[in-house]
Amino acid sequence: MEIKIRSRNNIIKKKAGDRCFDFVNCLIMLAITVVMLYPMLYVVFASFSDATAFMKSSGLLYKPAGFSLEAYKLALGYPMLLRGYINTVFIIFFGVIIGIILTSIGAYGLTRKNVKLQQFLNISIIITMFFSGGMIPFYITVKDLGLTDNIWSLILPSAVSTFNLMILKVSFASIPDGLTESATIDGAGHFTLLFRIIMPVSKATLAVLVLYYAVGHWNSWFNAMMFIDDRNKYPLQLVLREVLITSDTSSMTAGTSDQEFIGETIKHAVIVISTVPILCVYPFLQKYFTKGVMIGSVKG
Amino acid sequence: MKKNAIAIEWKKDFRRNGTLYLMLLPVIAFYLLFCYKPMYGAIIAFKDYSPRLGIMESDWVGMRHFKAFLTSSDFNRVFGNTLKISFANLIFNFPVPIIFALLLNEFKDGPFKKTVQTISYMPHFISLVVICGMIKTFVGSNGIIGSLVNRVTGSTGSLLMQPDKYVPIHILSSIWQTMGWSSIIYLAALSGIDPQLYEAAEIDGAGRFKKMVKITIPSISITIVTLLIMQVGRIMSVGYEKIILLYNPLIYETSDVISSYVYRNAFETQNWGYSTAVGLFNSFINLLLLICANTVSKRITDSGLW
Repeated sequence: MEIKIRSRNNIIKKKAGDRCFDFVNCLIMLAITVVMLYPMLYVVFASFSDATAFMKSSGLLYKPAGFSLEAYKLALGYPMLLRGYINTVFIIFFGVIIGIILTSIGAYGLTRKNVKLQQFLNISIIITMFFSGGMIPFYITVKDLGLTDNIWSLILPSAVSTFNLMILKVSFASIPDGLTESATIDGAGHFTLLFRIIMPVSKATLAVLVLYYAVGHWNSWFNAMMFIDDRNKYPLQLVLREVLITSDTSSMTAGTSDQEFIGETIKHAVIVISTVPILCVYPFLQKYFTKGVMIGSVKG
Repeated sequence: MKKNAIAIEWKKDFRRNGTLYLMLLPVIAFYLLFCYKPMYGAIIAFKDYSPRLGIMESDWVGMRHFKAFLTSSDFNRVFGNTLKISFANLIFNFPVPIIFALLLNEFKDGPFKKTVQTISYMPHFISLVVICGMIKTFVGSNGIIGSLVNRVTGSTGSLLMQPDKYVPIHILSSIWQTMGWSSIIYLAALSGIDPQLYEAAEIDGAGRFKKMVKITIPSISITIVTLLIMQVGRIMSVGYEKIILLYNPLIYETSDVISSYVYRNAFETQNWGYSTAVGLFNSFINLLLLICANTVSKRITDSGLW
């Protein structure tokens, strides 16, 4: 009898402890959510703020300080931003197409059977993941090819990511032989095999790689800093660097009355303009991204 | 005779796979042009490279650049900072996603979990340049973080002008940006645990904490060890892009790492050979670390990168 009561007490205690844990855990998660979200919200609030009111308020913002669309007007009127967007879209478009084609061909070649050079090629490619000539020889190579100050210098030298190639290799290797064998008997050549059979079967992985390449080109700025001098060829990230890091907003604020102050709100507006499109699209693509992490963790 | 047989075999291979090799040509060209040619170009680390003469014609100088770097007054600073920032990253940035995943895993699948997860991924999708722009305004003398820290510590000016603040800024912002995203892999490992294990433990009277220690953590330990070892292999390649975006001469003493030093020496002072040598030194140590890490990994987890 006594034992029974004690064990029941234990259960009740445990449940109370559980509930306590759940409650604290919930609070932690809410805190994390706030910490994750607030900096982004702050940027949005700041971008809609009135420049002078924003400068006077230091500390947290719970809504825009004052309200003004001036920052957006000036930021959107800045031609370099649009230029950068266009250049980046160009880079992503061709970068993704070239990247996917080369990666598919490479993965195909590395997964065929009875190819004597395969082992050698495979090792040569994997080596590049762990060792490279370094930043300067890479720069000199691109320069010697005459690609500097050319937008293609941001597409070709970074066309293939070996990591992505390895992901695709694993995916291609998992396709059952029967599928390709029957097509070969029907007389299909390599291109037909790759583009008509293997790639359609691997659509899911390819979708992940499209995203990876696109994001890679979208985020990339370092190569552009090395290779591009002509400001008209700047990708968006380099324009953003000018505005946000070297703090050059003077060309946007020229002629406005409170020139000194408005620079800060403009920066926030520029962040919003350049980031919101991505953040709006990404919840819909999230499942592909997470899937990519999974595939990537399966080592090839 | 034997040679002939090999030749015939290769001939056969080329007859059979000729079109395949032809098809692979663009890929091979890419790797030769943009990966192997720079590796060859790295010999300028042993030369007095001048762009006018080119790689071939420049004079050999042997190990002069390496000696100059190892004995220079900058060596201690950049090498020390590289290790310091990397290890700080490893110690503080590595466990956070694991803890986050463990805590999040305690919730049942549902809208709450999903929302927290989605929001925690968000910073991952902001580009590095924008992240650094945000950091710069936040820690500025008027920014929300900058003004608060200045009030507490009695310092003035942007936190990015104060050498002792750089590493915390670097690490904390990295945690903010990567925590959610890095937790995905652990959450996946957690969801793969057989629920029967938990049920059996419950019947045996195990509490929540005990279940976590005895079942959950051992189940994901291989994932943890593998990722940890991969991180160790990347010690020398600190996130230099972020550093180049954020640092300035005032805080070189705490923020200047090997890669940023390489960049400056090449593009600002045109010391091509010297900076290539420094870069090569960096890649070499990185490779050594990776090989060590991989060996250890094979011993412990029976799996490695190769």
